[in-house]
Amino acid sequence: MQFLGMYHYWVFVMLLMIGFYAVVAKVNLVKKLIGLSIFQSAVFLLYITMSKVSGATAPIFQKGVTDALFSNPLPQVLILTAIVVGISTTALGLGIVVRIKEEYGTIEEQDIQEIDRR
Amino acid sequence: MTVLFGVFLLTLLVITAVAIVRTKNLFVAVMLLGIFSLLIAANFFILDAADVALTEAAVGAGISTVLFLGALALTSEYERHATPHRWLSVVVVLSAALVILYATFDKPAFGDPNAPVHQHVAPWYLEKTPEYIDIPNVVTAVLGSFRGYDTLGEVFVVFTAGIGVLFLLSAPRSGKERPRPARPELVAIGLREDLIPRVVGRLLVPFILLFGLYVQFHGEYGPGGGFQAGALVAAAFILYALVEGEGRTLQALPQKALTALMIIGALLYGAVGLAGIVLGSEFLDYSVLSADPVSGQQLGIILIEAGVGMAVTGVLLSIFHAFAARDEI
Repeated sequence: MQFLGMYHYWVFVMLLMIGFYAVVAKVNLVKKLIGLSIFQSAVFLLYITMSKVSGATAPIFQKGVTDALFSNPLPQVLILTAIVVGISTTALGLGIVVRIKEEYGTIEEQDIQEIDRR
Repeated sequence: MTVLFGVFLLTLLVITAVAIVRTKNLFVAVMLLGIFSLLIAANFFILDAADVALTEAAVGAGISTVLFLGALALTSEYERHATPHRWLSVVVVLSAALVILYATFDKPAFGDPNAPVHQHVAPWYLEKTPEYIDIPNVVTAVLGSFRGYDTLGEVFVVFTAGIGVLFLLSAPRSGKERPRPARPELVAIGLREDLIPRVVGRLLVPFILLFGLYVQFHGEYGPGGGFQAGALVAAAFILYALVEGEGRTLQALPQKALTALMIIGALLYGAVGLAGIVLGSEFLDYSVLSADPVSGQQLGIILIEAGVGMAVTGVLLSIFHAFAARDEI
């Protein structure tokens, strides 16, 4: 159990850094947004990992069961709304990328900078 | 057993993420991102977050994939350039990773009931939900009532993002203006000629819609609510659009109706909040909506969840149509 707990945190770190790498290193704008999505998912995973209580169940009451132990509902609420907000902001980013492609004819960062310098 | 399953899923997640970043083909990356979302949804489910898993599966694996594909159709499918300054990036990322890894050793043990996160308001929510609101799903109670302000803010962020996409993608292209096709519904898009997608799609769409409505109205009793239902209903219409083409979908549910859904949904939420003030209490206090405070709370949650569902459906479908319409011009 101890190992699984640390493993959750380490997977969070790995996913966060894979997403971070895609955002800073890749020059393709769509790839950057994909990296941002992975980065975002890593944060979601961290929150949900923290909401877990050993031996507990999902925070939904059942009739007749009074001694059930529940996981923490609060991080789940925060992440539930964050997922939908995340897709909306990703869509906004994609909209901007499409407009950049139409104006510059490319979505590679270097090419865009070169066109701007001219 | 669950431990093994958890480790397996988490390892798959990392492998998928590495594959996404390494591939040069953006189409492959987007497909893998869909798989990544499904895997992380399974992880959320193991971690007792049924509502979050449902949302991630509907939004991440369904709608986000379609939106990325829509954007790829308008841009390009391949990364052209090799990564410049790759080693500099690797050094930066690795040093950040080391710092965060070091911090994880100070984190409370996994599943520890005495962790600080479980000591603050969460026990209060679990204890008081039966008394104040009396619905089984605590997540819905916290989302709709205890933290109604947060959710109102999130709905308006979604709304604003939808407006933003409509603004960006409804602007005419500068320079090269191509004539619109005379009868857009005749343009060969969609999979109408293919038998299997057509039959399967037609069979599935009503059931997805029905499931969306179930998730909407059963959100107080089981996993579900407006955010999930909105994503599911939007997914049903997107599937219909992929099978039958844009024109038919816009006939069934025109853009004006979608814009109205967005606005009415967001306003309904705000109006329920204001009703609390008018009836002599505070903003977003639903207890005064009915003679009995508990049934007032339940009524308020049903109304705001309906508002959330409408707003999310409207925004996601408007965004989808905005990308798809750009394709046609």
